[in-house]
Amino acid sequence: MSTLHTVNKSPFDRRALESCLRLATKGSAVLLFEDGVYGAMKGTEKSAIVEKALGDVSIYVLGADMKARGVDTSKLIDGIKVVDYKGFVDLTVENDKVNAWL
Amino acid sequence: MSDIKKFMYINTKAPYGTIYAWESLEVVLIGAAFEQEVSMAFIGDGVYQIAKGQDTSDLGVKNFSPTYSALGDYDVNKIYVEKESLEARGLTLDDLLGLKYEDEDDDWAEKDSIRVVSSTELAEILEQQEVVFSF
Amino acid sequence: MKFGIQINEGPYNHEASVSALNFVRAALDAGHEIFRVFFYHDGVNNGTRYTTPPQDDINIVNSWSELAEKHNLDLVVCVAAAQRRGIVDEGEQERNGKDGNNIAPGFRISGLGQLIEAGIQSDRLVVFGD
Repeated sequence: MSTLHTVNKSPFDRRALESCLRLATKGSAVLLFEDGVYGAMKGTEKSAIVEKALGDVSIYVLGADMKARGVDTSKLIDGIKVVDYKGFVDLTVENDKVNAWL
Repeated sequence: MSDIKKFMYINTKAPYGTIYAWESLEVVLIGAAFEQEVSMAFIGDGVYQIAKGQDTSDLGVKNFSPTYSALGDYDVNKIYVEKESLEARGLTLDDLLGLKYEDEDDDWAEKDSIRVVSSTELAEILEQQEVVFSF
Repeated sequence: MKFGIQINEGPYNHEASVSALNFVRAALDAGHEIFRVFFYHDGVNNGTRYTTPPQDDINIVNSWSELAEKHNLDLVVCVAAAQRRGIVDEGEQERNGKDGNNIAPGFRISGLGQLIEAGIQSDRLVVFGD
């Protein structure tokens, strides 16, 4: 079994990203989209927990939501992969289920 | 495909401030008729949904907390509460509703529905699910 | 693969509905099937044809209706959530004695069992919300 976790909240406003990373098992995939993309940026007070999680889970970020918010790929934490909506769909197929952290 | 799936309802929001808690409970009650293998998880502010002593009389809105006590009659008796979420909010099991169910496999003995589990245990439980509803 | 989609938020106030639209389009493009889109909580507000956004803005309700027509999608608005928020079809208009209805083309109002059924019948349930 494997899970795609989705996080659509800014980690500076809500706890969804932290709950997700605390409760995602090793080998899970995490997709940051909508305001969740702010959690993918390096040099923030939340970057360390995301960098640490990268050892156990794969983290993806939705390019369309980054672009809308003016978040450039160069600002991403190393190891986070950018996907488009097709990539989002593929992640839901590759994993057995989707857990949305609302 | 097996007809019975492992359903997990995840609750992460406090009651009354928004309607999510009440409307998600409605889903669980309706869903019970479909006889799936159902669990609920209360995480983050979701733990406030099942706090004791709720009284909405001064608000003039419906107090739906007694409805959680009916879950046992609907065969919804695997109710997981994350220990870390409780502790972060200064709560213990004693602060939560005493939700019970009658165990048909054990001569209808009355048992507690709420299971306080660590985040490591809850992560494993979530991993075993097949369908996750979030509200 | 068969997808069930749950949308918890209304259009415009929250990105959830637009995210779901884009996800559904991408899934259909990739050859997947959408078993059902279920609108819950304020998500039921996606189903009113009285929406009139400015011309330079996306018309989210029409986008759903057009997508539903093109791909024969099953767009289901939760009846209990719809009654609270004033989303009405002809049947609800009659049952509750309302002076009109506002359901958009391609949407239908039905019970929460439709969401549970989507969970059972779909290979994946994807939830968009707040």
